[in-house]
Amino acid sequence: MAEPRKLRAPEINPESKPFWDAAAAGTLLIKRCTACGEPHYYPRSICPFCGSPDTVWEASAGLGEIYTLSTLRRGPNAPFTLAYVTLDEGPVMITNITDCDPQSLAIGARVQVRFVASDGGAPYPMFTPVGD
Amino acid sequence: MTIRNKAYVVGAFEHPLRLAPDHSTPQLHAECARGALADAGLSLRDVDGYFCAGDAPGFGALSMVDYLGITPRHIDSTETGGSSYILHVAHAAAAIAAGKCSVALITLAGRPRSEPFAGVRTGAPESGFESWVGASTQNSYAMCAARHMHEYGTTSEQLAWIKVAASHHAQHNPHAMLRDVVTVADVLASPMISDPLHRLDCCVVSDGGGALVVVSPEIARSLSRPLVAVRGAGEALKGPAGGRGLDLTTSAAARSGPAAFAEAGVTPADIKYASIYDSFTITVLMQIEDLGFCAKGQGGRFVADGNLISGVGKLPFNTDGGGLCNNHPTNRGGITKVIEAVRQLRGEAHPAVQVPDCDLAVATGIGGSLGVRHGAATLIMERQ
Repeated sequence: MAEPRKLRAPEINPESKPFWDAAAAGTLLIKRCTACGEPHYYPRSICPFCGSPDTVWEASAGLGEIYTLSTLRRGPNAPFTLAYVTLDEGPVMITNITDCDPQSLAIGARVQVRFVASDGGAPYPMFTPVGD
Repeated sequence: MTIRNKAYVVGAFEHPLRLAPDHSTPQLHAECARGALADAGLSLRDVDGYFCAGDAPGFGALSMVDYLGITPRHIDSTETGGSSYILHVAHAAAAIAAGKCSVALITLAGRPRSEPFAGVRTGAPESGFESWVGASTQNSYAMCAARHMHEYGTTSEQLAWIKVAASHHAQHNPHAMLRDVVTVADVLASPMISDPLHRLDCCVVSDGGGALVVVSPEIARSLSRPLVAVRGAGEALKGPAGGRGLDLTTSAAARSGPAAFAEAGVTPADIKYASIYDSFTITVLMQIEDLGFCAKGQGGRFVADGNLISGVGKLPFNTDGGGLCNNHPTNRGGITKVIEAVRQLRGEAHPAVQVPDCDLAVATGIGGSLGVRHGAATLIMERQ
């Protein structure tokens, strides 16, 4: 396993602050629109599907499956695995798969959220294979 | 209203440098502008429309217009990454058709080899949720390739054929960075950069630039250059869109392409030559499908066995060697796509790769990140 990547503290703004406060408490939040009922990620105050401002934060179970992935082999932070994970609640999120052998990963694999510390800020929602 | 036959590309210039440690970036823009205007038989004094994108240094058009000493009455600095300059030709044609300008200059230049970009973009709505994932061009395009392989059985060998074809063309271009002909085995033996893309699936990094001049029909007929008409164009953007229905095997070219063909009144079967933005091999494969040269999922079969090699296959592409072998100035390849298409339509490509009777060509590009959010632009041009 290579050295962990250096992760700067998250860029936080007033719109995203609840997400990072929840992350610090170990919860992955998504947004749901109470007008059209659709969940989305990354979270916005205005629903990207119907334009309603009536969006609410919702806790994700933090479980999903890998939609696609790629392990970067070259560069100062390599190797690490970039992926899209389809959450069980529906939205797909871009993230990293961590704490595992990248060779063991495949599209469709079940993963669970694992918060990874940043340098002096809230932790980041990465994922790791279920059961690991 | 249509831009069909409302504007002509009369000037095209590709800077010969691939490494420019002794130039400034504005200087490269200016040299490209002079080159394209000289090609057209015009001068900076004739320019009344100026188009640039994110590579234009300083305050973009504000800085560059003053530096170049031009006084345009129409300005457009639409930024869609490397596809911007293909889109700019279409926007220039629309502006000319609307009477907003009659001589449009488009420039691109930069020096990523001499002066690597070290900055981080902040403040985008997605920044907090994405900046930490480490998405570079390599691994985000690679995620598209991985998904395409998963859904359609596309292979690394098929992707490698795209590089092989580009290398066959680059051997004839004295300015190309990589002139050696490579084989499928060479591509597969090159180091893995980001699964499943190998080093030879990636484009070159080059300093340099290019410029284009687009003019009204009246001015085009007054010049002594071949008549290359803008026949149709399309543009589109695509991103994760709130995380619903993500499909990384289809690009925004699935919208820009059909729009361009509809405006031009032609079909992919009519196209004699195609400039297809080749930041990576997968970028080419997906655009070939999305423009309708073959069905979705059939791109791997389509590109195999030399089908993109001029004189050999059915769809000669990137006969300058493309971004994969020739040039990818300032990590933005859109302008070189238009330039080589113009060379083909004029009959000015290298004789070894010139497509016979090339009267209809497409230039299509993807800018930004195919795997995250990107812009597509498609331009169809005709020799009249």
